[in-house]
Order: sequence, then structure tokens, then C-alpha cells
Amino acid sequence: MLAKRIIPCLDVKDGQTVKGTNFVNLRHAGDPVELGKAYSEQGADELVFLDITASHEGRKTFTDMVTRVAAEVNIPFTVGGGIGALADVDRLLSAGADKVSVNSAALRRPELIDEITSHFGSQVCVVAIDARQDETGAWTCYLNGGRIPTERSLFDWAHEAQERGAGEILFTSMNHDGVKTGFANEALRRLSDSLSIPIIASGGAGAKEHFRDTFLLGHSDAALAASVFHFGEIKIPELKQYLKSEGIAVRI
Amino acid sequence: MKVAIVKYNAGNVYSVVHALKRLGVDPILTDDADLLRSADKVLFPGQGEASQAMGYLRAHGLDDVIRSLQQPVLGICIGQQLMCNHSEEGNTDCLGIFPVDVLRFRPQRHEDKVPHMGWNVVEDADGSRIFDHRYFYFVHSFYVPVCEFTTGVTDYIVPFSASLHKDNFYATQFHPEKSGAVGAEILKDFLAL
Repeated sequence: MLAKRIIPCLDVKDGQTVKGTNFVNLRHAGDPVELGKAYSEQGADELVFLDITASHEGRKTFTDMVTRVAAEVNIPFTVGGGIGALADVDRLLSAGADKVSVNSAALRRPELIDEITSHFGSQVCVVAIDARQDETGAWTCYLNGGRIPTERSLFDWAHEAQERGAGEILFTSMNHDGVKTGFANEALRRLSDSLSIPIIASGGAGAKEHFRDTFLLGHSDAALAASVFHFGEIKIPELKQYLKSEGIAVRI
Repeated sequence: MKVAIVKYNAGNVYSVVHALKRLGVDPILTDDADLLRSADKVLFPGQGEASQAMGYLRAHGLDDVIRSLQQPVLGICIGQQLMCNHSEEGNTDCLGIFPVDVLRFRPQRHEDKVPHMGWNVVEDADGSRIFDHRYFYFVHSFYVPVCEFTTGVTDYIVPFSASLHKDNFYATQFHPEKSGAVGAEILKDFLAL
């Protein structure tokens, strides 16, 4: 049985891991390569490294980090943050990343997804979507890490991304991110049940039960979290034992 | 020990290079027939599309080289599929080392997502305890059906060959280089053959 995946996400700035609450208030949580290796040894199924550096020098530092991760980590890893062109994808895959995640640039210019998947295959292309649900219940996509609202509906955009060849959707609910009250399972279930590619749940993990719920109620294929892992609030071996005891297929 | 990786147009092989380096082996990446023939072990990894990959191998004479290798050879992912007779991907005639045809996954239910991506269990088909119900990492849309050369079986939509063995030829559908410590063990076992 295909295992549900647990994915720690490491936000990286100037070579250091950071994680915000509701996208602000950054706190340091160590060296990304060491942290990634530790997660791998604890049983993480994949890793995501997001470059949140804006500067050109920062890009080079991040690419160097990807090279070090590829040398030291023996599970798949995705990199994202600021990917705007095929050349960025080529640079990161050549440095040893298994997948790239594209977000704002793909929303601004959807052809980027076609370009990536026709050159490198669907399996390398994760489309990350940040969306917020308004008072009417509608889910709207946001650009630039949740700072700029768009007109696009989450579901329309996710479908278009799949049609263009995306290999996976990484959906972050801005309503749930950092709040630690569970994932956006209703929206996740709608995505998972209407798309044929895997859905990664992001935003809202605060307890082991939240992971169970997103797999059972949200029909998510994978669940991503950051601070609960970085600060040791949830330990991956214990989380997996718990999920197994709840009848969920996990790799132990 | 001289370990060679077949150099061709099928995707990213850096992860295999890194995995071998972690095991203390510095492999050479080459499409040179003499270097491949004289290596102690040959790896044939890759990700990509079958007809383009076979086209490249034929154009560079690597199809005959790979078929004629005498030392242990390990195909990984598309490498395993290219070692079979024929692939449904691009209706491609392959190397014919394993007399079995590669098929496309046909989802039976909505939950059957293709590609088969992630960690899945491999059962030993031959009474050994090499795989021992452990999880390995897969990414593929085509599969090798279970046949007389199957040594490991994974069930996804249908039971398929997670690994094959015939004479000096070994192959895995999963990525040992991305399968954590258990994957490293498989590579180590191969290097020790």
C-alpha cells in the first residue's frame, strides 16, 4: 500500500532555516542541511526547502545548499522559492534537487508549468498554491507568499495546473497556516477528489490528530509542516507510530 | 573497485552518483564502450521517456554494449524498463534482456493516481529476505508485470515487478538511491556481488 507521506518544510534565508507564524515573525531553527539529514534519519518521507531570500547572493547560497543536501540526504527533496524561469529549474535540478515547486511565477505565467514538464517531466513539477477562504466561503489564490490577492479561484487554478502537467499540488491554506488547529480538510478533500495528481496538505499542523484527519477526512496524499517539527512539538517517529495505530499506511 | 554509470539522455543521475559516494565509491559517468566493459559494476539509472532513451542508446551503440556486459549490471527505474522486451511508452522496442513487456498503469478507481509516486512496500518473490516488506521510493507511470525473473513484488493497481534478476542483470523499479537507509543497503549488496 502506498504510504501517506510526512514532509517537513524548511524555509531557508541566508543559509539558515526560518519559519514564520502566519507568514511573519521569523524564528531561527538551525542549519538546513543538518536539519534535513536529521529529519531523514527520523523517518521523514520527503523534504521541502524553500528559498525565501530575495538577493542574488542569496540565490547562490541556496544553490550551494541544494548541492550539499543532495550529497548528504538519501530521500527525495523538493526546492522552491523564487523560481521564475526554466533556467532556475535547470540550475536547481542540476544541483541535485528531485523536484521544484513553483508558485507565484506560475500563477502569473501558467505556461511555465508546460515548459518545466515538457523539459524535465511532470514528476519534477510541484505547483504550490497559497489560498485564503473569504467570508462567503470562496477560496482565492495569493501571490508573493500570501501578500497579493488575485482573482483566481483555488480550484480553477489547481485544475489548470494539472492540465498543464503539474505532478503534484502543494496547497497552503493561509487561514490555517501558523494557527495549529488542523489542516483545511474540506478544501483538501475537494481538491483530492477532483484531481488525479497527489495533493500535499500544508498549513495548520499542531497535533498528531491533525495529520490523521487530513489523511482520513481531507484525502490528502501527503502532509507538510514546519514549526511543529522544528521545535520538537511533534516528533516524526511518534507521529508515524500514532498514524499506524490509526490504520493509516505510513513508512516505519 | 571500478563502478561505471551509463551516460545517456535519461534525466538526473546525480542522486545515484551521490548515493555511491556515500558508500565510499567514486563512480565514472560514461558512454564509452571500453570503459563500460572494463568496469567491475555497471549502473543503468535514469528518468525519462522510453522511445527517446532507446533512440539515444541505439544511436550511440550503447544498446549492444549493455546487452553484452558480463559483469553485474543494475538498471534503475527507466533503466529496468529499458532492459525489457518492449515498452508501451512510445511503443518502443527495448533491450530485450528480460523477456517481458512494459505496460502503462490503468487506474481502476479515483484513488489510483498515476504516476505511482512515493513509498511503497516490496515483498520478496523468491523466498529471500532482501526486501522484507520494507518501503522503497517509486516514481513511475509504466510497470513491468510479474514474470519468472521477478524477485520483488509491489502492489499498486496491479502487482508488478519491483525488481528483476536474470544472470548478471539486476533491476529495480524503485530508486534505491532515494530510499533512505534500506535503499543504501540494496546498493551496497549490489556492489558486493
